[in-house]
Amino acid sequence: MAVAPAPRATFAPRTLAARFSILQRTVRGRRLVYLDNAATTQKPDTVLAALQRYYTHSNANVHRGVHTLAEEATALYEGCRTRVARFVNAPSERGVVILRSATEALNLVARGWEHHLREGDEILLTEMEHHSNLVPWIMLAHRRGVVLRHLLVRDDGELELGALPTLLSPRTRLVCLTHASNVLGTINPVAEIAAAAHAAGALVVVDAAQSVPHMPVDFAALGADFLAFSAHKAYGPTGVGFLVAAPELLEQLEPVQGGGEMIREVHLHRATWNDVPHRFEAGTPNIADAAAFPAALDLLEELTMEAVREHEVALTGYALQRLQALGWLEIYGPLDPHRRSGLVSFYDPDLHPHDLAQLLDAEGIAVRAGHHCAQPLMRRLGVPATARASFGVYNDTADVDAFIDALIAARRYFGLPTGSSS
Amino acid sequence: MSQERGFLPLDELYREAVLDHYRHPRGRAPLPRVDVTAHGHNPLCGDEIDVALAIDGEHIEAVQVTGRGCAICTASGSIMAELLPGRTVAGAEDTAETFRRLMHGEPPPTGVDLGDLELLEGVQRFPVRVKCALLPWMTLRDALAAHREGIPAAVTTTEGETP
Repeated sequence: MAVAPAPRATFAPRTLAARFSILQRTVRGRRLVYLDNAATTQKPDTVLAALQRYYTHSNANVHRGVHTLAEEATALYEGCRTRVARFVNAPSERGVVILRSATEALNLVARGWEHHLREGDEILLTEMEHHSNLVPWIMLAHRRGVVLRHLLVRDDGELELGALPTLLSPRTRLVCLTHASNVLGTINPVAEIAAAAHAAGALVVVDAAQSVPHMPVDFAALGADFLAFSAHKAYGPTGVGFLVAAPELLEQLEPVQGGGEMIREVHLHRATWNDVPHRFEAGTPNIADAAAFPAALDLLEELTMEAVREHEVALTGYALQRLQALGWLEIYGPLDPHRRSGLVSFYDPDLHPHDLAQLLDAEGIAVRAGHHCAQPLMRRLGVPATARASFGVYNDTADVDAFIDALIAARRYFGLPTGSSS
Repeated sequence: MSQERGFLPLDELYREAVLDHYRHPRGRAPLPRVDVTAHGHNPLCGDEIDVALAIDGEHIEAVQVTGRGCAICTASGSIMAELLPGRTVAGAEDTAETFRRLMHGEPPPTGVDLGDLELLEGVQRFPVRVKCALLPWMTLRDALAAHREGIPAAVTTTEGETP
């Protein structure tokens, strides 16, 4: 099979890579080829500078104290909320809760919405969820006697949406699904599913951890009631995640953690809550990392999410063609790059993903091997684990070429045929 | 294929003889009689292994190791199937403990013949992979413990990654 033509560059990944100091390092004497962006992205130097500036210039606690540093720290922290609201078109910045991770956001919904649910109520999930959008609901089901149902995954990596009308019923209270699968890449038709869910009287919880950093995501257009994502997969620092919802809906969510910041008035035997979203932000938050995240959004807005998406579609299409041309790999998820996000999971039946990742690491290439926190999906695919290459704004076709060369070299190392004399 | 190699220090991890055990694992054949089984699982890499033992009094008569795992796990299980038949239950436990110590860089007791397990010595330099090498042996230990208590089957799970 002929090698696919290189995609047209919508922007210059190699120039962008120069803005990430970590991408200049070597691994085992080789240029680092970082293809584990679905696990976490690298951070541009502007984010690191913002972190440094926060601690060297503005460090103080937020929402208390009248001194200059406290005012600056509060402005930086709240500035993150404003920027995130704008970035995903949230109904209001009051609808953005700043948390520790997307996982914490999903757990907050599961805990905070629990008092609305009764035994026998149903929650509809999908078979392709990350553990972070499965386990909180399993825990809730155990606490409340709620029934979990699942949209299954078809062989082509898409959800079996034909079953949606029978799975939705007046008992369905929540529909929780991922916008883009962290294993298959599949982009789910959230708006279509949300419309059906709303017609059945259910609310929609969307795990957008794999979509917000890679494509335009418009909260209002998506039809989600709750949207969760993290900063660290979007070129920002670790330790910051967000829950986005209409403020009126957040009013119906019970706070899960009590403490400072989340209260209005505290007596010895009772307390009243602060307004949303602060009601859900007990204790001193991760101010520094929240303060630095807008520098990552600056980068994405400079590139535009439309161009980021176009770049990743082109690169993923190129990677899919080159992977298919090898001829020995199982490749999961939709084969049309427009139907998937910028990642490819695959399985070499002769070479365990863990061995493969080890051999690629020796070539300076970072890929993920494992169950990707999606054990039910691994069972559905019938494999113990997969290897996954996931792309970011700084990856280019040379990275894909190095990755493909290393896949071939790995098979040779294990004495396996490669069907190629080169 | 030797000229294709050269991913140092990976050659320490994947010795030729280790790859041979991976490609041609020993002890796959079903046993005529099974006295105890154990199922082992490593959530980190999804490795699953089943160990079946035929035990006659104090002696291990035969070992079957099946399942699917990475090269290190499969080779370790293959070596186990080769090494254990004829050893006593106590001897098998000593072998497991000696190998565990070797993998964790602790001084192993002397006098235990590790056979081809010594080929896996390089694994200790790849901490993430130590669990792969130990999974068959942890599963064996649970099988032997179950047998001692008269239970026919055990389940082993190594600690894995956080979901």
